[in-house]
Amino acid sequence: MRIRKLVFKNMMRHKLRSLLTVLGIAIAVMAFGLLRTVVNAWYAGVDASSVNRLITRHAVSFIFTLPLSYRDQIARVPGVANVTFANWFQGVYIDPDQFFARLAVDADTYLDAYPEFIVEPQHLETFKKERSACIIGEKIAQTYNLKLGDIMPVEGDIYPGSYEFVVRAIYKPREKRTDATQMLFHWKYLDERIRQSQPGREGKVGWYIVTISDPTKAAQVSEAIDDLFANSRAETKSETEAAFQQSFVSMSGAIITAMNFISFVIIGIILLVLGNTMVMTARERMREYAVLKTLGFTRGHIIGLIAGESLLISIIGGAVGLFFTFPTTEAFAAALPSGWFPVFEVAPTTIVLSASSAVLVGVLAALFPIWRATSMKIVDGLRQVG
Amino acid sequence: MSHQTIELKNVSKTYMRDSLEIPVLSNISLTVPEGEFLALMGPSGSGKTTLLNLIAGIDRPDKKGSNRNPYVNQIIVHGTDLGTLGESALAAWRSRHMGFIFQFYNLLPVLTAYENVELPLLLTKLSRKEKREHVEAALNLVGLADRMQHYPKQLSGGQEQRVAIARAVVSDPTIIVADEPTGDLDKVSAAEIMTLLERLKSEYKKTIVMVTHDPRAAEKAHKVMHLEKGELSS
Ligand SMILES: Nc1ncnc2c1ncn2[C@@H]1O[C@H](COP(=O)(O)OP(=O)(O)OP(=O)(O)O)[C@@H](O)[C@H]1O
Ligand SMILES: [Mg+2]
Repeated sequence: MRIRKLVFKNMMRHKLRSLLTVLGIAIAVMAFGLLRTVVNAWYAGVDASSVNRLITRHAVSFIFTLPLSYRDQIARVPGVANVTFANWFQGVYIDPDQFFARLAVDADTYLDAYPEFIVEPQHLETFKKERSACIIGEKIAQTYNLKLGDIMPVEGDIYPGSYEFVVRAIYKPREKRTDATQMLFHWKYLDERIRQSQPGREGKVGWYIVTISDPTKAAQVSEAIDDLFANSRAETKSETEAAFQQSFVSMSGAIITAMNFISFVIIGIILLVLGNTMVMTARERMREYAVLKTLGFTRGHIIGLIAGESLLISIIGGAVGLFFTFPTTEAFAAALPSGWFPVFEVAPTTIVLSASSAVLVGVLAALFPIWRATSMKIVDGLRQVG
Repeated sequence: MSHQTIELKNVSKTYMRDSLEIPVLSNISLTVPEGEFLALMGPSGSGKTTLLNLIAGIDRPDKKGSNRNPYVNQIIVHGTDLGTLGESALAAWRSRHMGFIFQFYNLLPVLTAYENVELPLLLTKLSRKEKREHVEAALNLVGLADRMQHYPKQLSGGQEQRVAIARAVVSDPTIIVADEPTGDLDKVSAAEIMTLLERLKSEYKKTIVMVTHDPRAAEKAHKVMHLEKGELSS
């Protein structure tokens, strides 16, 4: 027999209590992992933005459009390398739950600004030549089982009417965090349809994507662009893409902050769950610790017994929780409208955080009982009844 | 140093409860020769357990104090002045020299009889095989070799106490301290325990200090001393 065996037997003494504690820790670790994953997915959208891209949009809100004529004016601003533009088309593909970004873009220049979308050169050429062509992200192609040449019917909502697009290219994401769930088609095609159905609404651009030559000049270039249109009917607001996306998500930003906070509150709850068990355990066993000390067992042995049991419970709970984090996040991702988060998976840092907080909690929960048991005088411990 | 196994020189013990001093033992001097079986008797609260704990090295007497006599509050066991040992040295010393028997047995409920007896051996460097031999010998001595896989709650009080005796002798200490070892037992079981203690004394030459309320138990001892109002008398 070893001390280790006593640790194990002690844990099995109150099977139900240990089981409930393990379960509590497992559920908390799982919730922690899930929350961290949501928070990470959120910021991945922001991280994926390029720092040398500015987004110029209507000063009031990105739902208002800008005149196409701004394009040439922006292109003349010093420090601007390239200008392209896009409109938020949205529309309904299959049914309203099938959410992914559908954008009308300038076919000739848009992909130059997005080098992280990798497209076969000859496919890109075919796309550029055909009015009703579209490019879709790899994930969209997989999700809807779409191949080159397939037709995608989309019902317009912001821009009413029935549209049909032919898939002419499928882009691959350059990095894992690159959004592979977009659908891009010709802005000109949309503009023509608008000219026919709603004359007067044509020639409008949702936002400009401005590639700048020196990312450190982002602030100056933004200011120069916005000064250009100050006091016009459509004033602009330019910011880096990261900031743009952040404002895009800022409505829910508070929720994300709360989730971020709650994920760490959960760690505190695990500590309370295990701490409570360990305190109860230690109180019941003061007399046994006194007997062990009487027999000559040292402070180190007692610390090993208590910390060992605490760690055993927290590590089993943490492992079970971590194990179930993966299917849970997958189920959660599946329940979300697809495309909400371009990247949704358990990050290595989340795994490390979950595991290390389980261990940390195991250590912390043992501190008080260890202090009680080691500072207790043998004679007082032996005097305790029960 | 001497043929006296245990020597107490002018030992006093005062407990502090809040700011109140409770004198329990005052100036106790006592010598126990090697191989003696001493019974300590006295009314409840007279300090018998306290005295036993001091001898066993699980409690300490008052500090030497203002009295200039260096022999005050000194406890010497096998030539070692316990006052000179630190906590961990004292713990190691206990595991080598002392066997403990308690009124309520104090077995660990999660361990089998065998494992409970093996407990003190975890602190030794014996091999697995040697440990097993020692444990089996100790359980044989108390007549419970057939019960070694039983847990304490599967045993009667008397059997539990016999397991506790096996645990006390398994590491072959020279001194056994027993605090009311028959206090919680019926007559028959108590008699069995006393027979065992007698055998430890006569066959295994252990020095035994036993606290008891039971005159029948005290009869088995060589010597009976009475503790009353902090003073010891024969
Ligand atoms: N840790 C302690 N703190 C305060 N007072 C104590 C402590 N231990 C013992 N006492 C007091 O010291 C006195 C002697 O206690 P002790 O347990 O030695 O008596 P005893 O003779 O063994 O009694 P009993 O026959 O009931 O076991 C009692 O008044 C007790 O209340
Ligand atoms: Mg007592």
